[in-house]
Amino acid sequence: MKSGLFGFLFAMWALMIIGGGILVTLLGPISISGFGQLDLFITSVIKAVIALVLVVIWILILSKLKNWIFKKELKL
Amino acid sequence: MIDLLVPAIISCMVAFVMVFVMTPPLIKILEKRNFAVKDVNKKENIMVVRPGGPAIIAGIIASELVLYAFLQMNEILAILITTSAAFVIGYVDDRKVMGGWFKPVALAIAAIPIIALGAYDSNLAFPLFGTVQIPALYLVLIIFMIPITGNTINSIDVLNGVASGFMVIASFSLSICLVIVQNYEIAIVSLPLGFVSLAFYKYHKIPSKIFPGDSGALTLGAMYGAIAIVGGVEIIAAVALLPAVINSFLFLSSVKRIVEHRQIKGKPVEHTDDFRLKATDDKKAPVTLVRLILARGPMSEKQVGVTIFKLAIFSGILAIITAFMMGVSI
Repeated sequence: MKSGLFGFLFAMWALMIIGGGILVTLLGPISISGFGQLDLFITSVIKAVIALVLVVIWILILSKLKNWIFKKELKL
Repeated sequence: MIDLLVPAIISCMVAFVMVFVMTPPLIKILEKRNFAVKDVNKKENIMVVRPGGPAIIAGIIASELVLYAFLQMNEILAILITTSAAFVIGYVDDRKVMGGWFKPVALAIAAIPIIALGAYDSNLAFPLFGTVQIPALYLVLIIFMIPITGNTINSIDVLNGVASGFMVIASFSLSICLVIVQNYEIAIVSLPLGFVSLAFYKYHKIPSKIFPGDSGALTLGAMYGAIAIVGGVEIIAAVALLPAVINSFLFLSSVKRIVEHRQIKGKPVEHTDDFRLKATDDKKAPVTLVRLILARGPMSEKQVGVTIFKLAIFSGILAIITAFMMGVSI
């Protein structure tokens, strides 16, 4: 169990690094223009939606990973 | 760097001594007023007083005011106001049982001083990949961060000494990381959190003489979150906090809603005849970090605490590696 927990911790850390990379690569370059004063607002909304989708995907992957690592222990 | 040494030493001494000296009289006052709860993990009918939050917040306020006298930074004020607000929220919850949504919403409001004082940088820094500019989104992140760190520390406060001991490891790891990323001033500002936790651990460790209560746990968690924001080390702080994050994640993914622990019907952990801790087979009970640690067999309360501290040290090392990775770009 202990090694499973350390493994889960490490996997969470790796997912954070990878997720950060995707976030910087995807969100960084996004910049909307042509809407005047609304440019910043629209850019922020798009970035927020993408970030939320990424977070949901991250949680889903983590849930699957949790079930896989703790398969035996979570037979509840 | 050298000119920061004097305020650093004085504030750390003030933080440690204040909590170390204030906690015994606080224990006596709480005993007189009969503010005590049963320690459910002890065989005998042992009552432990709570909350220890007033001693913790006194140490934080005194030490951060010392630092403010030397450095006069808005960041210190932002940390002080947010942390004090978190203490008040926790104290209200200690005195009167509030609903599941009270703490997250109130802590989100407690984060507003950080925004109002402009004590943040909206560039979110990631290791290896650089920074991303998210001016509007970052404000949302601030609002979410304080409730998350506050409640995360509160949710790990389940065994004698775990919340304070965990905070000692996580906050000193964060201070080391702030030095690595060369944010020396916030590193100094973060040190009192570790010393306050260390002094409180003396009385909170097994067998506990006092519990931090919601006021203590939320104060520690909110200050940690505020330091992460003003120091621009949100990702590193999240890494150092991973065991507690796992606990919250497991809990939320098993109960699938925001709910107070006391509202949960199933018990995740029970006791053996010799009063060691043992995971239950209760399907209604939430999955928690302690339950997973106990999945292979019963352990004493102290053994579970030591396992959580080992996980905290492991995530602290990962946080330090992450801090080094901040200086590398691919």
